[in-house]
Amino acid sequence: MKTPLAAVTDLKVHFPIKKGILARTVGHVYAVDGISFDIMPGETLGIVGESGCGKTTAGMAMVQLTPITSGSVQWKGTDMAAMNRAGVRALRRQMQLIFQDPYSSLNPRMTVHQILSDPMDVHDMFTGRQRKARIDFLLDTVGLSPGQAELYPHEFSGGQRQRIGIARALALDPTLIIGDEPVSALDVSIQAQIINLLKRLKRDFNLSLIIISHDLAVVEYICDRIIVMYLGKIVEAADYASLYKDPKHPYTRTLMSAIPVPDPEHRTRRIILKGDVPTPINPPGGCRFHTRCPDRMDICDKQEPVMQRFGDRHTAACHLYTKKDAPPLSINPN
Amino acid sequence: MDGVSFDLTPGKVTGIVGESGCGKSVTALSVMGLVPTPPGRVVDGKILFHQRNLLDLNIRELRRIRGAGIAMIFQEPMTSLNPVYTIGNQISEMFRLHKGYSKKQALDAAVDMLERVQIPSPHKRVHEYPHQLSGGMRQRAMIAMAMSCDPEILIADEPTTALDVTVQAQILDLMHRLKDEFSTAIQLITHDLGVIAEMADQVVVMYAGQVVEQAGTLELFKHTLHPYTRGLLASIPVLGHRTLGMDEDLTEIKGMIPSLYDLPAGCRFSNRCPQVMDTCRTHLPELTDQGSGHQVRCWLHSKGTPP
Repeated sequence: MKTPLAAVTDLKVHFPIKKGILARTVGHVYAVDGISFDIMPGETLGIVGESGCGKTTAGMAMVQLTPITSGSVQWKGTDMAAMNRAGVRALRRQMQLIFQDPYSSLNPRMTVHQILSDPMDVHDMFTGRQRKARIDFLLDTVGLSPGQAELYPHEFSGGQRQRIGIARALALDPTLIIGDEPVSALDVSIQAQIINLLKRLKRDFNLSLIIISHDLAVVEYICDRIIVMYLGKIVEAADYASLYKDPKHPYTRTLMSAIPVPDPEHRTRRIILKGDVPTPINPPGGCRFHTRCPDRMDICDKQEPVMQRFGDRHTAACHLYTKKDAPPLSINPN
Repeated sequence: MDGVSFDLTPGKVTGIVGESGCGKSVTALSVMGLVPTPPGRVVDGKILFHQRNLLDLNIRELRRIRGAGIAMIFQEPMTSLNPVYTIGNQISEMFRLHKGYSKKQALDAAVDMLERVQIPSPHKRVHEYPHQLSGGMRQRAMIAMAMSCDPEILIADEPTTALDVTVQAQILDLMHRLKDEFSTAIQLITHDLGVIAEMADQVVVMYAGQVVEQAGTLELFKHTLHPYTRGLLASIPVLGHRTLGMDEDLTEIKGMIPSLYDLPAGCRFSNRCPQVMDTCRTHLPELTDQGSGHQVRCWLHSKGTPP
């Protein structure tokens, strides 16, 4: 079996809520509450869910940008918690981020050349004469012209700015790029350009990608494998085709049916959920989805469902399948 | 925005779709008489509401129509609700201003409205402030406020863009029911063709300040004429299409939306159009009728020869 590029095991990230002048901890936000997944070299993994489900926190915890409460993140078999600062720093070179908002993630006072040079200065790469060639190459790769290197971010459109963000992520020849809602702020015609660009870069540079998004349709286009999260937990994980053809968890089914389809002849009856996503400060007991689930049973608010395996790479945690012959899994859904 | 015409019919949804900067929101604001002047100005045209031209009315007459005759909801309910007043206070203001209710009557009416937009425990919620409500709940409160005086036209500017998909489904469902219940004409402004397909009876497609195509929803999606509309439809990732092998890569529209300060000389879409001809670069096509109410602004479909 191949070694995964990164393996997340029973990851928990809880943020304390402090109140009063003594800043006593009065509770916790259970942002990520025990998730496990792997990403293989060259694989694109999608993490999908609604706001507050912990998808961004999960991504940030992987690059150590947020402290981990418990669990582990392993990079090519080595636990990141056991690495020293220099080790983590070297590792960050291999993991790069793309953000949602191309307006606020680029420094308005820096030219494109400076923006792209910054990470290379920090890691002492592509110095001297190689620098200009590298920057020209990066701009060309993301579909901008080398002549635009001396311009400032405000001189570009939203889609072009996202291209600059992608060029910056590519600057250090990373192994893994994590994109946090990389296309959500863009217009549809531009969104398609960026989605195609990401797919092409992944092929050309043999990158691994993690795409964090609220949009199942976008994720289906880019990703090989998809994880669906709800309130800090993984409810379902599968290859994209298997997830689309045979969604197991009622939440996955609801999410799919909630997406408006651009075809007026298929105004399907959708599953309308009651209420909003509950707060991760005090998540419901048992299955976390039971307060809104259309298929709720008696057991659902009493006992938390365990991950079960359906076929080779498809897992879901739901009591609907508890009595079936599928053997329960211990920890790792992959 | 430049030469935009459309009708709103009671109980029907007119969708206005386009990308950022195409002028769809300005269209809504001008109906409400809310275009900031200066710098903006309605240079020409008419907005007829029951045969009266709204552009001829003075500010007092217009105020009577805003809210009572035409109401509006916005994309981000947090910024359009006043944070220092309770929800109840803001909804009952509508009843007191437009219907002359007493404080008590108005508050009761506000509770009633919150119930109609399906906010749970409305008696409690009516005394809460906007920050105490969730995003979906705030949008419901906005809709309650907009619908409180039984308006004939509801203008919804990206009403579900800031919401999660499951909440978006709830809000669209609610708007559908309210439209039938109050037989309100809805002008739905969105960038999401999925939402349009789901909700609209009539669609207006805008590009760089102009209407490029306009038709009944079914007609528009089945017989798409304008290359821009076609490109837009092809560039949306549709759930299941990749799995079903319908397209591995998305079709993209090359280039970017032109700045309104620096428009191409002829057709505004000419610099991105895959079917561009010589005429397109020099002459702007008119919006022409293709039969059964389908209008398109494109030289490919213009009868007669271009100059």
